[in-house]
Amino acid sequence: MAAKAVITGVADTAVGKVEGSTSLGLQAEAAAAAVADAGLSLGDIDGVLCAYSFTEPHLMLSSVVSEFLGIMPSYSIAVQAGGATACAQVMQAAALVEAGICRHVLAVCGDNRLTGMSRDKAVAALSEVGHAQFERPYGISVPSAYALVAQRYMHDYGVTLEHLAGVAVAHRKHAMRNPKAQMRQPITLEDVAKSKPISTPLRLLDCCLISDGGAAVVVSAADAARDTRKRGIEVLGTGQMNTHEHIIASPSLTDFGCKQSSAQAFRRAGVTPADIDVAEIYDSFTITLLAELESIGFFARGEAGPAILGGALDLDGRLPCNTHGGLLSYAHSGAAGGMFHVVEAVRQLRGEAEGRQVVSPELAFVHGDGGILSAHCSLVLGRN
Amino acid sequence: MSKPLPQPNVVTQRFWSSCKDGRFEFQHCKTCGHSQFPPRLTCTACHGADLDWLPSSGRGTVYSFTVVHRAPLESFKADVPYVIAIVALEEGVRAMVNLRDVDPETVGIGMPIEVFFEPTEGEYPLPQARPR
Repeated sequence: MAAKAVITGVADTAVGKVEGSTSLGLQAEAAAAAVADAGLSLGDIDGVLCAYSFTEPHLMLSSVVSEFLGIMPSYSIAVQAGGATACAQVMQAAALVEAGICRHVLAVCGDNRLTGMSRDKAVAALSEVGHAQFERPYGISVPSAYALVAQRYMHDYGVTLEHLAGVAVAHRKHAMRNPKAQMRQPITLEDVAKSKPISTPLRLLDCCLISDGGAAVVVSAADAARDTRKRGIEVLGTGQMNTHEHIIASPSLTDFGCKQSSAQAFRRAGVTPADIDVAEIYDSFTITLLAELESIGFFARGEAGPAILGGALDLDGRLPCNTHGGLLSYAHSGAAGGMFHVVEAVRQLRGEAEGRQVVSPELAFVHGDGGILSAHCSLVLGRN
Repeated sequence: MSKPLPQPNVVTQRFWSSCKDGRFEFQHCKTCGHSQFPPRLTCTACHGADLDWLPSSGRGTVYSFTVVHRAPLESFKADVPYVIAIVALEEGVRAMVNLRDVDPETVGIGMPIEVFFEPTEGEYPLPQARPR
């Protein structure tokens, strides 16, 4: 079997409200910083994987980004799997270097969703993922689709509003330790309960942010990684599962493809969920994370909520999770939102997470969810 | 800006035409017996192409629901708070509807509903549901 791919460089830009930013600019900044982090130059990159942009959409975004950067990669594609995109980019990059097709692949995302479009426009654009004939005529939005999951999940497993609020509070606690995070003022369970209702049972503080920001990683072949500057982080296992796109076509409202995608990644890595030291898991809404934690098997059904209220996701908890603050409190700028999770996992494994560092983690789990818990991609990363 | 209206295509034309006649129809696979909604070109269970259309009784229950307070589009802003539900029809298919003629506070999972057809600004009425 081919030697495992190695993440050799990571970076993210300033996040939140980045005045004057552009999608291409954020991608270029993140790309250059990730390549520099690896101790490489842009000329070393022979593969480019981009995502998508709301503010500067293009049919061939990866070509646009390469042209903007002034590089001519021998392999270049754009990946579109919503919130699973970043993990899918890393999975694809790992496959490319393990197959010997590329040596150093740049996976980059970035969008200026906060300053580049109004909040109303961002919400409206996202609502277009609803089924044109059988969902959109009913006034569906992404929060409403997740709310339908939340309502059923609460009904079946005894999850309470306080359990959901606990997820938001845990993320804010992490973000308060991260000087770069968009939202750092403390919040309480009561603040979540009193925040503006969006789509019951979800309130404003149950929902992810809208941000500007970019993020990138460099994935290198094992032999090529020897030339790089920092300790490499191995991509030990990857997995994917895709069960539906629209919530009306989901086989279940409580059991999702993250179960199979994570099982595949754990199996390929030869580890179990209990071996994971730090997790960075897609948290578009509080229910998203709760459902994923229980579907993946980190917690039994109905147990994540009480455990989180007891501090299970904190730095010294049973599963330190979303240590940068996640999409709920760090930032969410489209596909880059998922890449922030990858970047944070690498920083944790390298011991670069400063005031939010988990003590000596060896194994990290990263998970992305696209659509309405539709597309799932999981990564197990480890210290080389 | 008006609300998004259904634009029937070759796969869904039969469904929307039936709505005009007051029937909610779903697809039934003659090969394997699987029932499905929304309409597809082939059976999602056995991938066979021999599909029938069957009428639903229009009776079902609320499988999940949400009360929308933040409309995604300008055209829905006057409607808030409105209820979106996924209803499970007696024949075993699920569909999204708005629940009408109901106090949003009283909606619960399992609530019995019946489908009715609501006129739109377009050619086809929308299947909706209300408590029964």
